[in-house]
Amino acid sequence: MKWITAIIKPFTLDDVRQALTEVGVTGMTVTEVKGFGRQHGHTELYRGAEYVVDFLPKLKLEVAVADEHLDQAVEAIIGAARTGKIGDGKVFVSELEQAIRIRTQEVDVDAL
Amino acid sequence: MSMRFDRRTVPALLGLLATSPTWAQAAAPAHIDSGDTAWMLTATAFVLLMTIPGLALFYGGMVRAKNLLSVLMQCFAITALVSVLWMVYGYSLAFSTEGMQAHVTNLHSFIGGLDRGFLAGLRPDSRYQTVPESVFVMFQLTFAIITPALIIGAFAERMKFSALLWFSGLWLTIVYLPVAHMVWSGPGSFLGDLGVLDFAGGTVVHINAGIAGLVACLVIGKRRGYPHVPMPPHNLGYTVMGASLLWLGWFGFNAGSAVAANGSAGMAMLATQVATAGAALGWLFVEWIVHGRPSVLGIVSGAVAGLVAVTPAAGTAGPGGALVLGLIAGVICFFSATRLKHKLGYDDSLDVFGVHAVAGIVGALLTGPLASPKLGGFGDVQSLWGQLWIQTKGVGFTVVWSAVLSLVILKLIDWTLGLRVDDEQEQIGLDIALHEEKAYNL
Repeated sequence: MKWITAIIKPFTLDDVRQALTEVGVTGMTVTEVKGFGRQHGHTELYRGAEYVVDFLPKLKLEVAVADEHLDQAVEAIIGAARTGKIGDGKVFVSELEQAIRIRTQEVDVDAL
Repeated sequence: MSMRFDRRTVPALLGLLATSPTWAQAAAPAHIDSGDTAWMLTATAFVLLMTIPGLALFYGGMVRAKNLLSVLMQCFAITALVSVLWMVYGYSLAFSTEGMQAHVTNLHSFIGGLDRGFLAGLRPDSRYQTVPESVFVMFQLTFAIITPALIIGAFAERMKFSALLWFSGLWLTIVYLPVAHMVWSGPGSFLGDLGVLDFAGGTVVHINAGIAGLVACLVIGKRRGYPHVPMPPHNLGYTVMGASLLWLGWFGFNAGSAVAANGSAGMAMLATQVATAGAALGWLFVEWIVHGRPSVLGIVSGAVAGLVAVTPAAGTAGPGGALVLGLIAGVICFFSATRLKHKLGYDDSLDVFGVHAVAGIVGALLTGPLASPKLGGFGDVQSLWGQLWIQTKGVGFTVVWSAVLSLVILKLIDWTLGLRVDDEQEQIGLDIALHEEKAYNL
């Protein structure tokens, strides 16, 4: 099993969710976050006072998938979240050791 | 305020002296006019609307979320405090004509007597020109309210509430009331006799408050972290709503200063609209050119600069003159609020000096030439340059008066109560630190 963490632009969420659903991903967690990468924030100007806003609003999407679904899921995220402009975000993949569904106590792939 | 003469009957009097209740009553019909009264009741409500909620929202949106309530509280508390002081002695010190004589300079050229204290002698049938005197008392009260309220923008986010109350009361008494008296109380008033034109309070309200704001922010010092810590406005939506209410309320301020429902009021309203629009666009376009984008805060700041600038000129400038005045004020205030402040390094938090004093001075000076029929004005101005010199004297006097006395009051409070909250309170924010309330419980 793999744990996918994707940082995406907020307005791409609906497309990403739909793309993941189409490749068979049935659940996901979304968190509102702030951060920066190469985009390095933006500047705001109020009556001549310039403020650099480092931390931009993004969404963190977390998905657990079976190993065989990993590539499809990552492609789905990238395909839907990519605008081609700076700040599109990143996808991180890590090993997932265990998953347990609380209600039935199913484990691992059955719990996804 | 109007040069207290009824333009229906006195188009050709020396445009200088038209401020006396006594004199005006001689010229105006000796009865209460229901149309004039209806308009003045409305205008009074408009001018109150300028402070609460207009100015409160305009300023409140520009501070950080942790200080929003403190600004709203200050505007509201000043409204209440000044109302009481006005009733007790304010109206009397500003508008009593006791001991005044045209072109005779004595104590009462500078300050009224106390014969109208507690509004003595005010009855339902008391008259000021063609409106009940009670309405005139109320109308003038709303001007006395907004003037100290304007100053709070200069020291926003760091003044003790107790110090604010003392400052507002003392400043009203020592700075505002004498200047209002000197400009508006009629023959024998110091600046009125000089011939200073100030239709609705460019000198009395805006220069007076703007200079006090500059002195106050210098005495109280910068906010913690200024200018390195970002302090962007927390809700520009409030600021736009506040500026919009100010624009609306300013019709009461300027058109109400005719103290009648007549052509003068109509022209003042028109001049106000044109100058405000011109200044809003002036600031907007110069900002677009300089910074590469038009900003929301810019267009509303420009509008306020235009409203301020046209205030002294509203009764005498033609529509063309008002447009020119607005454009000039918008462009100049853009530079004073965005460049001058950063260059000199003072922390006039919400640009009280940069917008109110600067636009007030531009407006007061240009009122002179723009009143001339040669420039499309309606004033009885003998000499374009002569009137400019008179206006300059009025501005100079007010700048010095406000600066010196504001400094004395601020130092006095600083030595006794202390002006400023401590560092921890400032860090927490005044809403929690001083009022134990939060604007937002989300």
